[in-house]
Amino acid sequence: MIKKIIIDSEGNKFLEKIETISGEKITSCDQCGVCTGSCPFTDNMDITPSNVMRKVQLGQKEVLETKTIWVCASCLHCMTRCPRGLDLSKVAEALRQISLREAIDNFDIDQIDKEETKKLPPIALVGSFRKLTG
Amino acid sequence: MRIAVYVCHCGGNISDVIDVQEVAKFADEQDEVVLAKHYSHMCSNQGQNMLIEDIRKHEIDKVVISACSPLFHGETFKSVLEKAGLNPYLVEMVNIREQCAWVHYDEPRRSTEKAKSLTAIGIEKVRRNSALEKLQQDIGKNVLVIGGGIAGIQASLDLGEAGFNVHLVEQKPTIGGRMAQLSRTFPTNDCAACILGPKMSDVGNNKNINLYTNSEIQDISGTLGDFHVQMTKNPTYVDPDSCVSCGVCADACPVKVDDEFQWGISKRKAIYIPVDFAVPNKFLIDENSCLRLKARRKNSDSQVCGLCAKACPQDSISFEQKPEQIELDIDTIIVATGYDVFNAKEKPEYGYGKFEKVLIAPQMERIIVQQGEGKKTRDIGKRIAFIQCVGSRDEQLGREYCSRVCCMYATKLAQLIRHSAQVAGQEKDIYVFYTDMRTFGKGYEEYYKQTQKMGVKFIRGRPGEISEDPFTKKLTVTVEDTLNRQIIQSEFDTVILSVGLQLSAGGEKIADILNLPKSTDGFLQEAHPKFKPVDTQTEGIFVAGTAQGPKDIPDSVAQASATASRAIRLMNQGKIFNEPMKAFIHTEKCDACGKCLNICPHKAIAFSSKSIVRINQNICKGCGSCIASCPKDAIDLQMFTNEQLSKEVKAALSNKKEGERRALIFADNMCTYKLADSVGTAKKSYPIETRIIRIPSSSRVSPKLILQAFILGADAIFIGDCEEKSTPFKDSIQATECNVRVAKDILKKVGIADNRINFFQFVTVMLPKFVNFMHQTVEIAKQKNPITLEQRRILEDNLQEYLFPN
Amino acid sequence: MRENKLRIPYYPGCTLKANAKNFEVSALHSMEKLGIEMIELPRWNCCGVVESLTADDKMRHLAPVRNLIRVEEMNEAGIVDDEFRLLTLCSMCFNTLKRSNKFVREDQENLDLINDFMYQEPDYQGKVEVIHLFELLADRGFSRITEKIEKKLEKLNVAAYYGCMLLRPRNISIDDAENPNIIENFVSALGANPVNWHNKHRCCGSYHTLSNKQLVVDSVKEIIQDAQKNRAEIIITSCPLCAFNLDQRQKEIKEQDDNFRQMPILYFTQLLALALGLGKESFGFDQNYIDPEPVLKRFLE
Repeated sequence: MIKKIIIDSEGNKFLEKIETISGEKITSCDQCGVCTGSCPFTDNMDITPSNVMRKVQLGQKEVLETKTIWVCASCLHCMTRCPRGLDLSKVAEALRQISLREAIDNFDIDQIDKEETKKLPPIALVGSFRKLTG
Repeated sequence: MRIAVYVCHCGGNISDVIDVQEVAKFADEQDEVVLAKHYSHMCSNQGQNMLIEDIRKHEIDKVVISACSPLFHGETFKSVLEKAGLNPYLVEMVNIREQCAWVHYDEPRRSTEKAKSLTAIGIEKVRRNSALEKLQQDIGKNVLVIGGGIAGIQASLDLGEAGFNVHLVEQKPTIGGRMAQLSRTFPTNDCAACILGPKMSDVGNNKNINLYTNSEIQDISGTLGDFHVQMTKNPTYVDPDSCVSCGVCADACPVKVDDEFQWGISKRKAIYIPVDFAVPNKFLIDENSCLRLKARRKNSDSQVCGLCAKACPQDSISFEQKPEQIELDIDTIIVATGYDVFNAKEKPEYGYGKFEKVLIAPQMERIIVQQGEGKKTRDIGKRIAFIQCVGSRDEQLGREYCSRVCCMYATKLAQLIRHSAQVAGQEKDIYVFYTDMRTFGKGYEEYYKQTQKMGVKFIRGRPGEISEDPFTKKLTVTVEDTLNRQIIQSEFDTVILSVGLQLSAGGEKIADILNLPKSTDGFLQEAHPKFKPVDTQTEGIFVAGTAQGPKDIPDSVAQASATASRAIRLMNQGKIFNEPMKAFIHTEKCDACGKCLNICPHKAIAFSSKSIVRINQNICKGCGSCIASCPKDAIDLQMFTNEQLSKEVKAALSNKKEGERRALIFADNMCTYKLADSVGTAKKSYPIETRIIRIPSSSRVSPKLILQAFILGADAIFIGDCEEKSTPFKDSIQATECNVRVAKDILKKVGIADNRINFFQFVTVMLPKFVNFMHQTVEIAKQKNPITLEQRRILEDNLQEYLFPN
Repeated sequence: MRENKLRIPYYPGCTLKANAKNFEVSALHSMEKLGIEMIELPRWNCCGVVESLTADDKMRHLAPVRNLIRVEEMNEAGIVDDEFRLLTLCSMCFNTLKRSNKFVREDQENLDLINDFMYQEPDYQGKVEVIHLFELLADRGFSRITEKIEKKLEKLNVAAYYGCMLLRPRNISIDDAENPNIIENFVSALGANPVNWHNKHRCCGSYHTLSNKQLVVDSVKEIIQDAQKNRAEIIITSCPLCAFNLDQRQKEIKEQDDNFRQMPILYFTQLLALALGLGKESFGFDQNYIDPEPVLKRFLE
């Protein structure tokens, strides 16, 4: 079954919102795919980074449900190579913020191995809280 | 004086907004106007004939046409006046279309008032127009063509065959350029050497073409019809007259270096001939690798090596040759300096220069040629990938532009690799990773389809990176197939980078020498993207081929022929005519104080005796910079005289109602006036309180003129000019900045806010910026604390003292 | 000739006071030997950890900028003499501080906003230059290290691992973002042999080490195996999080793949301390998970 999608002003609002939070001009993405080809973590993603950009361009909110936006670790390989000068880490952050600002965590602090917390560098803990919790 | 005024409807363009009848009636009421009419199309045959008849019947001696931009139809009406037996300089055009109807279309009533005001300005100006003659200058038939690639060759041949005297200068030891290095050419698969070779020898054989290879331009000065060129012909250390190109010397030479003609995939000797079809077909010595010449830099009579000289049966080799300085007098110049390819090392993620199996496309061209010649060459293996847009369409590198040829040359190389493999009974898997395939030329799309049918796989995706296996040296490419949303990670034997084009290093140097502006992509800028595609901003200098921007062979050849025809257009009559827009001196006012002498950027002003200052009309460019320096108003500019401008200003500010504010814009002819026209054409509106006055250059606007405008009622003024690099007038921007500073200081003295005068530089594409500026200027005009009558009076009373304090 | 000692403000960050004490100790001792006095910022606070990526939420720049005010204060108080460079060791701190500094220095509006918000602090004037120790050493010339070497690390194959934070985004990079060689030059200065490898700036997985351990395990395995394929014996880094991931996650890799060869991960300053001939107390090898002593045995005697 191939699902039909609608492209309308509702979708544009979503696009505008993400553009506002991220500060990136997402419509200028050319869909060349260099981001995907540079990403070290695509094995853990469900859709490709360039596909995230496409879905945001067309206002497909289902992008919020993807794993990809949470896997992005802002390593900036993609940004360093994007021929349109876009920073995808900011787009992923904006998409995460949609959830996090509603105080929905994507990571359960209780999960952390107590033994390991002693060894973990503080920057790992703070980094995780900053990125994954609301 | 008998003036006739015509108001044009422009088929509704004007008359739909402006009440043309009322404007004509207004004109009729002005002094010395004996005839005023409105008509549907003044530029039509009927309109022109009516004008001629009227001039004769009513004994008209001055004409005003209130219609469109003088940049559009100025020349038309000049020639109509000539036909009617009047001096062509006795007509003025008033731009009520671009500067009124089209920009104030929603205010018809006020537009009519403004059209009247603009027409009044035109009448004031034309009253003071005097009969002038175009200046005549002799021009010869000598053309300098810089660059011996296909564009330079084509231009030289066209000009040479038309009987013009061509000097073709090439930096490299042979002509032929980049095309000579190609294997075959798309979309016909002709062998490049086979179609280019005959043209190269035609150049060598044409008696009208003087060929200088191994030569570099050092300096060029002068203007159209009077360029002076200095160049150096570098030594080849081989006497071209006796060398028979037998090649014994190269066999004897012990030095091997990377062969630049082969893009480094094979070696050559220190004494060599670049390629077997080189023109001139003579050997030469590369002084950077020859053992003796290198040794001689330290010890001038070193005798090391010399094996080539011993071997040469003709005794042609001379290590004593010296550079030769050549000077030429030239009438027109064609710049055809071509391109360099993008340095792929600037894209380290693709590993060029680090991984031995990553090649750039030009290297692949040579591999194919060497294969075809049956020479031993690189083995590219079975699995081959092309990566497109390397150094093109990439903001990371500051290169936004498309290089236009890479899609097609990669497609061609894929075909050729595939084809030769088939002949040899081998299998080759070829993949092309692209962002967009752009196959727009004649026969190109068909060629692309043909390649797809051959089984070459085109995959839409820009690879992120290439890694090399340290042992097998095979290359792994990681790329998203964006059409399939899947990631491909595959091994290849060879990866070929389709590198983009950039202005050549030689082109950069020539651009500096000739002061040619570049567009944002770094290539040379044409004078107009549509109507003057091969002219530059400098009259008499043309640009052809890839120096102007990436293009394929057919386009380069077409442009080259176009430059030849543009150059012939100037030289063929033996004479050229210039506008008589020159500075002159009112000798009765001049007291020979000499203040103007150092102001002139071209040193056109000099004492001819102790008490007489003279302006050399041949040197003067008409920028008007000198005018501001004269305390006696003794210097003036023909076509834009002091009297004309001050009366125009006065007319522009008359009939100001109580509380009304006006902004005056001095628009240079080259950029700002053109820009105002474009804004009109685009029908973008700006405030109606504006009046534009056309000037040749911003430097023509003296502080005195600015302050007079304030005295007469201006509330804000802005002066517009080109950016420094594109103005034709030397040092004019600095002169204007200085004039504006002087005016600001004086305004402050009488308590007028100095933000009421501004200067801005435009390029002709800045439409929104211009509109913005118009808004801002009117806002400034309307600011609180208007200029009082008292302030204007104080300014008037003290003007001379303020400008030229003792 | 007596050389003037360089006194420079130094920002340690939290991790260097906890799991990465060995990083700080080895750095302090080594710099002392090289004539550089690192003066810890008084009253420093968290760098902000990870640069704020949202355009509509500028408050996240408060923490980093507050640290920069301290540098200007140190100059005012005469603790340092006209030295507005702020030295960092931890790559994460370097990145966060430098990006926030750019954020306020390149936009007056942002600077005013942050200053207004911290009205109880002195205004930040924008004078500070955030630098990383690699930059400081490179600026002074790596040859000055070579001069002080007591144990030349001959024939030691070292993989220089940059990670993300020293190189990206391009506008804060300490070297060419795609083809860096500053750490390789450092390695050469110690007499060791820098290996040429592909994964030197590939992301290790960063903070995912908490929430998605396997992602980091897989990533680290690829990085280490690439280094090994290119004959590296040790990897050096300047990021405590990279160091943790590269070092500690080898435990999980080994559990999943018995054929995996473990290798030591060092802070570059540990290697420097070794080459400068300092004592074991300056190395802090006890905090390393994979013991580097076997590989470095020939230099430890």
